[in-house]
Amino acid sequence: MIGSVHISTLRTTLAGAAIAALTVAGSTVVASAQTIKIGLINSYSGFLAQAGDQMQKGIDLYIKEHEKDLPPGVKIEIIKRDDAAAPEVGKRVAQELITRDHVQLLVGVVGSPIAAAIAPLTQEAKVPLVITNAAGSAITRISPYVVRVSFTLWQQAYPLGQWAAKQGWKTAYTAVSDFIPGHDAEAAFTKGWTDAGLKTVGSVRFPTTNPDFAPFVQRIKDAKPDVAFIWPPAGEQATSVLKAVRDLGLRQAGINIVSTQDLVPDEELPNMGDVALGLVTAGTYSSAADRPANKAFLAAWNKEYAGKATPDFLSAHGWDGMSAIFDLIKETKGKFTGEEAIKFLTNWKTANSPRGSISIDPATRDIVQNINMRKTEMKDGKLANVEFDTVPNVKDPWKEQNPPK
Amino acid sequence: MASAPDIASDTMLDAFAHRHRLRPFEALPWLIAIAAFFVFPDYLALGAQILATILFALSLDLVLGYAGIVTLGHAAFFGTGAYTAGILAANGWGEPISGLIAAGAAAGAVGFATGAIILRTTGLTLLMQTLVVAAMLSELANKATRITGGADGLQGMDVWPIFGAFRFDLFGRTAYLYCAAVLLIGWLVVRSIVYSPFGRSLTGIRENVLRMHAVGAPVRRRKLIAYTISAALAGVSGALIAQTAQFVGLGALGLERSGTLLIMLIIGGVGQLYGAFIGVTIYMIAQDRFSTIDPVYWYFWIGLFMIFMVIFARGGVLGLIERVRQQIRKPSWNKPSWNKPSWNKPS
Amino acid sequence: MDDLLSAAISIAFHGLALAMVLYLISVGLSVTMGLMGFVNLAHGAFAMAGGYALTTLMSHFQLPFGVALVGAIIIVVLASLLLERLLYRRLYGGDELDQVLMTMGLIFMTVGAATYFWGPVAQPIHPPELISGQIHLGSRDFPTYRSFLILCGVVLVTFLWLALERTRFGAKVRAAVDNLRMAQSVGINTSQLFALTFALGSGLAALGGALGADLLPIVPGYALGNLVYFLIVVSVGGLGSIRGPFVAAFLVGTADTAFKYIAPELGAFFIYALTMAILLWRPRGLFGHA
Repeated sequence: MIGSVHISTLRTTLAGAAIAALTVAGSTVVASAQTIKIGLINSYSGFLAQAGDQMQKGIDLYIKEHEKDLPPGVKIEIIKRDDAAAPEVGKRVAQELITRDHVQLLVGVVGSPIAAAIAPLTQEAKVPLVITNAAGSAITRISPYVVRVSFTLWQQAYPLGQWAAKQGWKTAYTAVSDFIPGHDAEAAFTKGWTDAGLKTVGSVRFPTTNPDFAPFVQRIKDAKPDVAFIWPPAGEQATSVLKAVRDLGLRQAGINIVSTQDLVPDEELPNMGDVALGLVTAGTYSSAADRPANKAFLAAWNKEYAGKATPDFLSAHGWDGMSAIFDLIKETKGKFTGEEAIKFLTNWKTANSPRGSISIDPATRDIVQNINMRKTEMKDGKLANVEFDTVPNVKDPWKEQNPPK
Repeated sequence: MASAPDIASDTMLDAFAHRHRLRPFEALPWLIAIAAFFVFPDYLALGAQILATILFALSLDLVLGYAGIVTLGHAAFFGTGAYTAGILAANGWGEPISGLIAAGAAAGAVGFATGAIILRTTGLTLLMQTLVVAAMLSELANKATRITGGADGLQGMDVWPIFGAFRFDLFGRTAYLYCAAVLLIGWLVVRSIVYSPFGRSLTGIRENVLRMHAVGAPVRRRKLIAYTISAALAGVSGALIAQTAQFVGLGALGLERSGTLLIMLIIGGVGQLYGAFIGVTIYMIAQDRFSTIDPVYWYFWIGLFMIFMVIFARGGVLGLIERVRQQIRKPSWNKPSWNKPSWNKPS
Repeated sequence: MDDLLSAAISIAFHGLALAMVLYLISVGLSVTMGLMGFVNLAHGAFAMAGGYALTTLMSHFQLPFGVALVGAIIIVVLASLLLERLLYRRLYGGDELDQVLMTMGLIFMTVGAATYFWGPVAQPIHPPELISGQIHLGSRDFPTYRSFLILCGVVLVTFLWLALERTRFGAKVRAAVDNLRMAQSVGINTSQLFALTFALGSGLAALGGALGADLLPIVPGYALGNLVYFLIVVSVGGLGSIRGPFVAAFLVGTADTAFKYIAPELGAFFIYALTMAILLWRPRGLFGHA
């Protein structure tokens, strides 16, 4: 009797000890695996939600495709927060990501005002922000911990203004959305246009939310310019603009329309109809581009999102943003401080972007890339943005023309 | 063997002292606030926002709970204060305390000016006017891009350290203590108003305005004074949020800000001074927790909760507590019920 | 001069179309607020529901525009009857603050539900070819859809006016708005009247929301974002009236469009200032009951 009790007690004790030992060993094994926390700030609600969704898909796709490329024992954890397209909300969630979740990197941000509000925090906390959309030129100057892989409006609208000035048109009119990227686009196009000695006959800014475009398109029609530069945020507003253009017969009145890629985002083209035919835009990415890296990107995309979504420039930029981060992780084997991270990212480049070859300019921490001139045409029975010319290796013109004091 | 007058004066003094004496449980919110500072070091930024919003809710309670003015436009004063402090800080004057005072003054001025115009109406018309005032200010801020930043928000705020020594840090430590101190002062102000003869007359105006006219009380003037003070306090709370976040956006003037404030106060309990503390804390903590988990669901569940409260828990959390206490106490104790403002009451 | 005229006509058309949409949505609110004294801040949610129902019936169930429109209205009417019975009825004659809280709660629920089912992006509307594009009248082109909106508005106003002035139901509504107690004492079943009027108002809102999806985009934040405009139309017009909201909607719609054209830097400021002025002059609204 006593013997069996002893034995069962011994067994229990041994079993307990074994379990304890395994748990300790297991947790030590788990502890040596590293999780890099990355805060993703995106617009899941508000007027930029559609753009946010496109960007999210690009980011998610890259992670899915390349998770296996991470160094052994290194994992990433993406913590998503919504900025609701409002800068005060974006600033608050960035602060929470840094102070509560202790993220090592921040990535994302669709809206320029939000990125501008977040930027000062990155410097104080020494946490790099990889911008995958926000296109306001001045943002990378706010903090040395901000690097941008997407684009700036000046990069596109300035060469566009120069191109438009060579088409034999004499007068121009600008109509843009009333926030940072719209202001940048307006200034950039106007500079490119007026540098050639030509004149603008007017400009107007429409509100960011719920704009009814009819009155604004009517103003353009009344001013009778040769060319109109119309810039809405990419998404359903672009389609609404073109509907108003169609309803008021702007093109039939002899007014040419140019813009950046935001006016003809690839996912909205099917909704636009004939009014989009012949539009000339300057852009960084078209899903109709032929290069091999894009074909690979499209193949992966269609496997994941077949029929449910079309990739556009937001998706490509999101993809590239994660590509930069993954390169950072691979290079440092997952161990890096904020300073080391920003140093790496500042000198990052790749030839494998769906956009082609891109690189970061170490002097400005901003993207350098080719800008394509595209025309919206029918291709294989569908509307597509077909590249017909390229301006190579464009640095952000605003920063070039406005060196820091 | 005290003579009658002595007894009377004793009673009066006692009554006066009783009215102003701080009861023990009133220390509770402050103890909790101090404890939270040490227990939740990662959440101090949220804590600072809660404290500032409590001040905002107190200001609303002053006009809504005590003077009976139903307003959906209180964000007008909050936003005025926020932008005042913000514009000062973005243009070279980042001293926080003078920023607060300027904000309170500006908001109070707007409250006085608009109150003088619209407080002659009541009911739905007054509600509309308060909405319209806030909407006008919001539109002004939207369009005056050079001063306010418009839709981009007010970038480039630089708030100086308090007293030159306490810098606003990323974790919100300074912000928390700063907001707590200002809330303490604001709360003392509101409390003393509410318990003063002026405050009593406000309650009279709310309960039975005809009778107040009949006893010759200057109704319009009292309402305007209350409205102005409330606006100033709301402006101070707006400045607090602006200075601690170092940012001001258009949302500071928006309908959603006014509406959620009203909801927070109603959840806590209107006209009972501590409703603001309870309602704001519950709402903002719940919002923080739920919108982190899933932002989409937050609106749905808080909406459902509000409807639930209306049907089963009228009078807010404090009302619920009161009803529970009444069940326990002797039923002979009479508490005057809060008479709700009606659209058809004459002014 | 010709250009000025052309621009003026274009602005008038777009302004009138917006006015019609605002009217369709707000008239129901005006009558129920005047009748039941109930502050239904969530009224815009019925318009939003109409819009979502229309787009879903058309895109998901492949129904043609006209059928989908009727279907959308029926769905919203049924839903509103249910809500009236379950929720609204409890708070008639009650504390206004409770009404505000309840209806704001409803708005919040619709924001969450809409985001959950349809996502945050605005619903695209594809009206049939017949009423799209431009129509040619004389020497001018007019946008067809906007013209269709104006036509609908005019037809409905006439129908409503006739219904109110010439039918028994209309007489009962007018009686109850004027003096509820008397109406009850002459035997009018006011609770049934409330339910029917509520349903009618919500149905009209659904129609307005569905037809006006181009002008007021169907997004989850619809009820909250457009609340101020609906309330302006109702309070400027005067509670309980049919004509009032028409005039108010006309003022708001055309002024809003005109100012966006003439002085976009001012935005909606002028509308608000105008509202404040009118309410100071006539606190009960232009056609409100004294």
